[in-house]
Amino acid sequence: MKLLGLSLLELKNLIETKRISSKEVFEYFLKRIKKYNAKLNGYLTICDYKNNSSSLPIAVKDAFCTKGIRTTAGSKVLDDFIPPYESTVTKRLLKNNFLTLGKTNMDAWCHGSSTETSDYGTSCNPWDISRSPGGSSGGSAAVVASYLAPVAIGSETAGSIRQPAAWTGVIGLKPTYGRVSRYGLISMGSSLDSPGPLTLSVADAAYILEIIAGKDQFDGTSVNKPVSCYKKSLSLKKKFKLGISEEYFEGIDEEVKEKVEQSIKILEKMGHSVSKIKLIHPKYSISDYTIIQRSEVSSNLSRYDGIRFGNPRTYFGSEAKKRVMLGTYSLSYGYYDAYYKKAQKVRTLIIEDFKKIFKDIDAIIAPTTPITAIKIGKSAKYPFFGEIMDVLVEASSMAGLCAINIPVGLDKNNLPIGMQIVGSWFNEQMLLNLAYQFEKETDFFGITKKILKKYPD
Amino acid sequence: MNKYQPVIGLEIHVELKTKSKMFCQCSANYFGKKPNTNTCPVCLGLPGALPVPNKKAVEWTILLGKALNCTINKVTKFDRKHYFYPDLPKGYQISQYDQPIAVKGEFKVQGLKFKITRVHLEEDTGKLIHLGGETLVDFNRSGVPLVEIVTEPVFNNADQVKNFLEGLRTLVRYLDISDADMEKGSMRLEPNISLIKLKTQYSKSKTISQGLKLPNYKVEVKNINSFKYVKQAIEYEIKRQTEILKKEETPKQETRGFDEKKTVTYSQRTKEEARDYRYFPEPDIPTLEFEDKYLASIYKQIPELPQAKMNRFIGKLNLKPIDAFILTRDRKLAEYYEQVISKLKTQNSKLNLKSENLNQFIANLIINKKISTNLFVEEFVEKLLEQFTPKDTDQKLLDATIIRIIVANKKVVDDYKSGKKNAIMFLVGQVMRAMKGKADARLVVKIIKDKLT
Repeated sequence: MKLLGLSLLELKNLIETKRISSKEVFEYFLKRIKKYNAKLNGYLTICDYKNNSSSLPIAVKDAFCTKGIRTTAGSKVLDDFIPPYESTVTKRLLKNNFLTLGKTNMDAWCHGSSTETSDYGTSCNPWDISRSPGGSSGGSAAVVASYLAPVAIGSETAGSIRQPAAWTGVIGLKPTYGRVSRYGLISMGSSLDSPGPLTLSVADAAYILEIIAGKDQFDGTSVNKPVSCYKKSLSLKKKFKLGISEEYFEGIDEEVKEKVEQSIKILEKMGHSVSKIKLIHPKYSISDYTIIQRSEVSSNLSRYDGIRFGNPRTYFGSEAKKRVMLGTYSLSYGYYDAYYKKAQKVRTLIIEDFKKIFKDIDAIIAPTTPITAIKIGKSAKYPFFGEIMDVLVEASSMAGLCAINIPVGLDKNNLPIGMQIVGSWFNEQMLLNLAYQFEKETDFFGITKKILKKYPD
Repeated sequence: MNKYQPVIGLEIHVELKTKSKMFCQCSANYFGKKPNTNTCPVCLGLPGALPVPNKKAVEWTILLGKALNCTINKVTKFDRKHYFYPDLPKGYQISQYDQPIAVKGEFKVQGLKFKITRVHLEEDTGKLIHLGGETLVDFNRSGVPLVEIVTEPVFNNADQVKNFLEGLRTLVRYLDISDADMEKGSMRLEPNISLIKLKTQYSKSKTISQGLKLPNYKVEVKNINSFKYVKQAIEYEIKRQTEILKKEETPKQETRGFDEKKTVTYSQRTKEEARDYRYFPEPDIPTLEFEDKYLASIYKQIPELPQAKMNRFIGKLNLKPIDAFILTRDRKLAEYYEQVISKLKTQNSKLNLKSENLNQFIANLIINKKISTNLFVEEFVEKLLEQFTPKDTDQKLLDATIIRIIVANKKVVDDYKSGKKNAIMFLVGQVMRAMKGKADARLVVKIIKDKLT
């Protein structure tokens, strides 16, 4: 049976109707991993298949603690760390018959937008292996784009799901902060981190979200709001009010801009209304986000002292050290008010700005990234490379909003271009509906088929 | 000659005896457990583990704050306090910085009012065990809820401090929120001490709150685990600092330890090495906001406090103040005492006991340990009745009286025989009355029982 490119839900159906066994599906993916992973370096750890007639395969970012399976967060500090407990996200997946295919590569501690800060080498973009797949969930994006897994779990602090999804031409859903439990996700920016799926179809993203979302007694910041049946509720009928902010199109690569604008026209033709809105310029979110995130990082990394587990601090890479230094500074006595506290005030302004906007519209449409995938090695030249790559996603992350990246075409180098839909808090259903309608209308311009030609069975 | 007035403030840590730890589901009772068996990903600070606050611990801190007459902050939050130490698994302690649960209170001890600055909630650390040349870490205690009580610098001498601490320990035990057991380390004390130079007679009578300027240095003595040692440490510091001030020098601002054997303090850390804890709001725990209704339901749980109980014992029960004080130091003892009084009240009329001040008499028995309070209240009362038994019983008269009473109260006898065992007390009462108290009530009970079976 030809499995290449089938969505998770299609595979699930085949297994459930006994047209194929779960074991065959796993063997299929393990074979593909064997064939392509050395080239792409998407997986850091490949898991053993445990025989279970209805298991479904999933790839998990190496930032999630998986009981008995090595979890490194992309850092040699945790080179030999085998968690004695399961993260809530993976626990919920296991409970729903998922079995981890493997743990995916990432920027060490999620610090980056290219996977180049990984201590285990960079992952490569399946579209052009001389280029970065983005990050920090770059491994997850690469294995989904190249179909070394039907779906993957990533996590986003600001951009770490949306940006690699955009650069590899897949769907990346960043849920509202608090919608999905962070318990067992190795913390980067605690007030920002949001786990979410990377998939080839919108329905798959909806399905994964309804499994992993919901209040968790082990995460005080998870929110006690009912979880909808996102997949079942996907609608082709609902029409939405979309907002476009010019600030999000300034300084953007012409081809990216063109493809996004073209997609907005398609949405308009489909019956959605589009209006101009004015948002705080995204450039302000760079410094704001940098201070908040670095402050939290400097605190979150202090537990890695090598006493109870892991290697000593000397194993930290230079990016982590830089972030710890900056965060320590911004929290220090006498600087706290000028940096951290001020940044929190700006954050409040950003939240208020979005609150105002979402009174009138359902979603904001914008490019996900200013440019398409860059060459590996190029990011090192920019000290704040990640922050600049993530300029278009930071404000919404700071506000804790939900957002989704969808593919809207290729540039002249045959590199995917991503468009993001940003929704109000806990309005994931609307994002999924809009993305679903776009998918039915355009089939994302056949992007998946194009890439999989490069990665035959 | 110059006179110096001590200025002393206190920081007190009290471990709460909640079922589970402050931020995880491990038991808060770590005492005597095998090292590192009472732990989980959260209190070990494993990657990805998150804290979820213990509701009971929050409520008990509110309770203590209210009992110390503090203002309870309706909006409160946790903060991270950073420092590196092997017994601190996360590299920061979850504590409270600028919005603690309770602020600005006052605690009255033996007629003196002492100002409380704040009461906040945090987590305990693990424990270092030095073994030969090695240091081992035990995380069983890591994450146990810890309340910190901070006073204003309002104490002038070691005795005031000792009285305050004893009062506080009694209060905490009344609220039943901690064992406050010094030996187990569930109550830890840190006095800070400095001296003000007094130049005139006038300023001597002034206190800090009346505007006397605080000295420009402060010496903190860390982690003392007995009231006796606190007293010794304070007295030693007063002496030491006086010597320095006499030489026209200023004592160093520093943190000192206390050597229990030599009864001296020693320098640990000076101001130059002061830590920057880099406090910032704990992003893993949302801000707590309390509704009035919720707070009211907690306030309702405050029992009659030692001070009030003592006043009642003096006013209503006519006890000597010193005895009322002693009895009310232990809530269980005070309650036992009151149970004895009330039990006796129901029997007193029948037994016709007489005493100048029965309440005081019973208090004496308890305080002087004439009758053990380990007995059930009923047993205690029985023993007590013996105390009233005269020695010169007319045995013949007693026997005759008992028979007469039994015959005259056929219905009561039937009641007793049909199982109403309490009915016997009526007969005993009648006998005792007829004997004008000149009989051993216990003996009377025994004889009647024998006759009725």
